[in-house]
Amino acid sequence: MAHSAPAIAHPKGVKTEIKKALGKMLVRLDEANGEIGLHVKSGALVDAMTALRDVCGYQQLMEIAGVDWPSRDPRFEVVYCLLSLTKNHRIRVHVATNEADPVPSVTGIWPVAGWLEREVFDMYGVLFSGNADLRRILTDYGFEGHPQRKDFPLTGYVELRYSEEEKRVKYEPVQLAQDFRSFDFLSPWEGTDYVLPGDEKGAKK
Amino acid sequence: MSLIIEKAPTTGDQAIENYTINFGPQHPAAHGVLRLVMELDGEIIERLDPHVGLLHRGTEKLIEHKTYLQALPYFDRLDYCSPLAMEHSYVLAIEKLLNLEVPIRAQYLRVFFAELTRICNHMLNLGAHVMDVGAMTPNLWLFEIREDCLNFFERASGARMHCAYFRPGGVHQDVPLKLLTDIGDWLDKRMPKLFGDAISLVADNRIFKQRNVDIAIVSKEDAIKWGFSGPMIRGSGIPWDIRKSQPYDVYAQMDFDVPVGTGGDCYDRFMVRVEEVRQSVRIMKQCLLEMPQGPVCSDDRKVSPPKRAEMKQSMEAMIHHFKLYTEGFHVPEGQVYVATESPKGEFGVYLIADGTNKPYRCKIRPTAFSHLQAMEMMSKGHMLADTTAIIGAIDVVFGECDR
Repeated sequence: MAHSAPAIAHPKGVKTEIKKALGKMLVRLDEANGEIGLHVKSGALVDAMTALRDVCGYQQLMEIAGVDWPSRDPRFEVVYCLLSLTKNHRIRVHVATNEADPVPSVTGIWPVAGWLEREVFDMYGVLFSGNADLRRILTDYGFEGHPQRKDFPLTGYVELRYSEEEKRVKYEPVQLAQDFRSFDFLSPWEGTDYVLPGDEKGAKK
Repeated sequence: MSLIIEKAPTTGDQAIENYTINFGPQHPAAHGVLRLVMELDGEIIERLDPHVGLLHRGTEKLIEHKTYLQALPYFDRLDYCSPLAMEHSYVLAIEKLLNLEVPIRAQYLRVFFAELTRICNHMLNLGAHVMDVGAMTPNLWLFEIREDCLNFFERASGARMHCAYFRPGGVHQDVPLKLLTDIGDWLDKRMPKLFGDAISLVADNRIFKQRNVDIAIVSKEDAIKWGFSGPMIRGSGIPWDIRKSQPYDVYAQMDFDVPVGTGGDCYDRFMVRVEEVRQSVRIMKQCLLEMPQGPVCSDDRKVSPPKRAEMKQSMEAMIHHFKLYTEGFHVPEGQVYVATESPKGEFGVYLIADGTNKPYRCKIRPTAFSHLQAMEMMSKGHMLADTTAIIGAIDVVFGECDR
């Protein structure tokens, strides 16, 4: 092993144990970069998590991350990072979903999931059925939209300022004094998908 | 604090009213911009709803628009009390995806400065915790140590707080020998004296104990369920330290103990941190003894830039430098979750690379987020005045919590 990142050795037979415990709930088991990722059906999430905690010994839920893949069909992915204190091992559990289909909440298994799910909801608009307190958490009171989605602009849509005349904070549409600059430093030899000025002449022929 | 009086049913001729109180967002004991909506029965907390996100700056979104190297300084600004510990997770995540080997001296330097960061962070937290429960002096004394730490950071990296010192492949530059000897002297003489003096004022102090012992007791089961980590889980008696169980860099060679609490209360969390400072001193001394000479950054020129002197001589080096600081390096497709033991607990980075020069997704796992969520569980049934002790023992910094 060349890198010096935290050393996680897979306990002996951990993969067969997980496969046995999850059975048909497991869609796919990936192993890459020395980490195990489990892909689980959304409907079976709570059962799968309970099995992972009680049978396989993954006691702690450390993190829930949302990921937006606009090109995939269930657009969003929710990733649960589990930690086993007894086996000294980490795994990830992946669930695919879209805007309309809620993911079953795991707050019944780990109370810590409450805020973590709220954050995924806030950032991506993924719904969690069974989370009793699914409010926004990181964004402003009354915020609209889901900022971590890939189609949400980096600058956002509204900006706020304190108005001295009206003696209150005002929300206004974003006005950039300078155009938003996104430098694309990717080498033009490595499959850029834009057309350089002038190149369109060649394509027309 | 603003007061709203709620209408409540009356019993007999005596009116019982529950107060709803706004604690913060601008409150010196909230350690930043934390708003707690509390429902009080007299002075007893009945319900508590922390509102976070007032310092949300969209770090994760910004990182998706930057190259891997440009994204690094954002990590300094997450937990601005322990900036190098934040960088540590991120550079390790990149190195894991690249499977990049780091020279041994760089690993020692990283561990060395990560532990200095731990001392620096705990000086702020211990002092602030003591001040929150009413003592002024130890905070001022501990700040003296913190000031020394910041000076050392400045001498190593040029910046007192936002160092950007750890880089993918190693550290940015080597440290002068004089700095290491100075830190060695400081660890031997000044630091233990100042620290011992300050802690002796509070560790056995009756008032301090009255404010902390048996406040917010968290059982082992609760600590696991609520996703605790770092001093919070150790305070509850679980000997879990990522530096020991999943060692990174040269922690596997380091000789140190993991302190645990017995009662799981605020006092235990405080004392765990006090002992951690002493263990950090041990680790730093061992680093000074064992640190070998050698390169401080990977010689893989597709990832880490060449030396300035080399660039004056070699065209190849010049090209590498230009490419690395414009296009940046490409990270092969894949995803990793890398967590390190930051002074506050498990600080994780879940990094998804799509093969380009920018991270596709970089999810930051803050420590304070799950700890703060347990605030209601911890403070229910306690007095209003205990909240400050509980927040102090959580060691929350909002740059990291809100991202």
